[in-house]
Amino acid sequence: MPESPVLTLRGISKRFGAVQALKDFDLDVHPGEVVALVGDNGAGKSTAVKSIAGVNPPDEGVITWEGKPVTISRPHDAQNLGIATVYQDLALCDNLDVVANLFLGRELRRFGVLDEVRMDQRARELLETLSIRIPSVRIPVASLSGGQRQTVAIARSLIGSPKVVILDEPTAALGVEQTAEVLDLVERLREQGLGTILISHNMVDVMAVADRIAVMRLGRNNGFFDKRSTTTEEIISAITGASDSAVTRRQARKREQEEDR
Amino acid sequence: MRRDRGRGPSGADDAGQEPAPGAVPAVDTRLLVREEGVKGYVDEFRRKLRSGELGSLPVVLAVIIIWTVFGSLNSTFLSAQNLSDLSQQIVGTGMIAIGIVFVLLLGEIDLSVGSVSGLCAAIFAVLNVLNGMNEWLALLVAIAGGAAVGLIQGFFFAKVGVPAFVVTLAGNLAWNGLMLQVLGTSGTVNIPSESIVSKLYSTIYHSPAAAYVTAAVGVGLFLTASLLDAGRRRKARVPFRPIAEIVLRTVVIAALAFATAYILNQYQGLPLALLIFLIVLVLLDFVLRRTTYGRRIFAVGGNIEGARRAGISVPFVRMSVFSIAGTMAAVGGIFLAGQIQSASQTSGGGNLLMNVIAAAVIGGTSLFGGRGTVWSALLGALVIGSIQSGMNIMGVSNAVQFMITGSVLLAAVVVDSLSRRTQKAAGRA
Repeated sequence: MPESPVLTLRGISKRFGAVQALKDFDLDVHPGEVVALVGDNGAGKSTAVKSIAGVNPPDEGVITWEGKPVTISRPHDAQNLGIATVYQDLALCDNLDVVANLFLGRELRRFGVLDEVRMDQRARELLETLSIRIPSVRIPVASLSGGQRQTVAIARSLIGSPKVVILDEPTAALGVEQTAEVLDLVERLREQGLGTILISHNMVDVMAVADRIAVMRLGRNNGFFDKRSTTTEEIISAITGASDSAVTRRQARKREQEEDR
Repeated sequence: MRRDRGRGPSGADDAGQEPAPGAVPAVDTRLLVREEGVKGYVDEFRRKLRSGELGSLPVVLAVIIIWTVFGSLNSTFLSAQNLSDLSQQIVGTGMIAIGIVFVLLLGEIDLSVGSVSGLCAAIFAVLNVLNGMNEWLALLVAIAGGAAVGLIQGFFFAKVGVPAFVVTLAGNLAWNGLMLQVLGTSGTVNIPSESIVSKLYSTIYHSPAAAYVTAAVGVGLFLTASLLDAGRRRKARVPFRPIAEIVLRTVVIAALAFATAYILNQYQGLPLALLIFLIVLVLLDFVLRRTTYGRRIFAVGGNIEGARRAGISVPFVRMSVFSIAGTMAAVGGIFLAGQIQSASQTSGGGNLLMNVIAAAVIGGTSLFGGRGTVWSALLGALVIGSIQSGMNIMGVSNAVQFMITGSVLLAAVVVDSLSRRTQKAAGRA
């Protein structure tokens, strides 16, 4: 990597009672890089992300931000550093319009009064740079499609000019077309020099946009892969922890059937 | 979304900006966008009706029907005198209903406002009339009392986590008890007609100029604000309301304002109570729609978790809103006391609570939170007030009045629920 990482995690551990949810977890995020964080259910992806986002501060380990060690103990700390998180449930207010949602909690004001004109203008600029297509910035979020809502939620995370964006399963509930829209948006985040952590279960999506893939298994790192020099099979065997698993057996069976034909 | 209908500065369409070369057009072709001109208006109106965005249309229809029915049954109903009296009578209910609108915007309910209004009227009467406290100070203490009561209830709701319904139901009884305690053995305290509370209600500016100037100032402010806003938007190259639309809106508002002023002048003139009510409405409408605080109320009413994640202090918003409800209940209670020139053991009782909640809901504020305006307090109070006034003129008994008012409330909630269902189906809720 030519540039030094913007965010570095070293030896992050987290216990919940008797459960060691995260053990010696390492991760680097560079500017302009999409890092996919993959792993089975319960592998510790959410715990890792929550420790970065300040929701569940880690018990041990060092988080380094732009070369300096930092403590992230509250969501607010993460936001102040420049880490934005888009959770799976989006947390949009359906009754408010797109502009109001984008600026919720950090409204622009003029003489102490909401500056709708400037918010409108900034919202349009932002959506345009990201090539986000929504019918109008003044319609309630309720009338947007799932993909549009996801893009609005991602756009909202960019209002505070973050340097790292964490996307938790952004394509989970989306159709083909909408998934493509969101993946386009992820690529645009990379073009703008942001570091992106993408959590996903969908190998096709991961292989489509990620530069590097960090695999987690049972709360630990289980390998880092460069997208250009790896295969889906390799990643899947890292996720499941063995070259012999339900997934590989199924694939082998399929291959045999193909060859038989 | 209304503003997105505007024609862009360079005659471009709704995107308001020239698309960059090669960029995809920002407007989805499937979107139904209002066309320019009168036809566009009608189309937009039809689309809104179909998707259940009824706004204040049902309540305006209700007022027209009620006035037509009572007007045809008895000519005194539409007389200048009766309408002037009506404009004063709705103030007490309307003020309390404003507080209910705030609480409903959070998707909560406050069942204590009736008792709180009675309590605060009693506080004023006992302090000022019986104990000789300065009347302005007594007024301030009474209203601050309402705010404090609301804050206490808000604390139990927001911080302790007791459902608002239960907190305020308990409050309804407890504050009523406190009022009886405050009134003590006296039972009823008469408020002299020269007292400020009586004057707040009974003062009428007899000069015809008062009503007309008020109407002109109101219309002028609206027009100026609309033009300034459109100007800034045009400069910022974002869609703005076309001049024709601004003029049309101004004409409608001017017609209503000057017609009201004319009717008031036919009788005695502009009542102070109505003027104060209108000023409070304009101020609180501004707070709700133009300030960060108002935006936060809508956000909490729309999605609590979303509001929390956006860094909004949900407990603060909740406690302050309940405090506003208490304050408005106190203000309304003062006006009601001024109306009957006394504070008694029955103050704030009877069907007052039912009427104020009905007023807020009939006016178009949703029971489900996140949708509504303070103007629904005015419209709803007008409906409730008109029904009561009409039935009093007709000599209808209380029994029947209760049943009819109850039916109107049910009808309003049915309209709210149905329009919400239609909105959901049309993807607007």
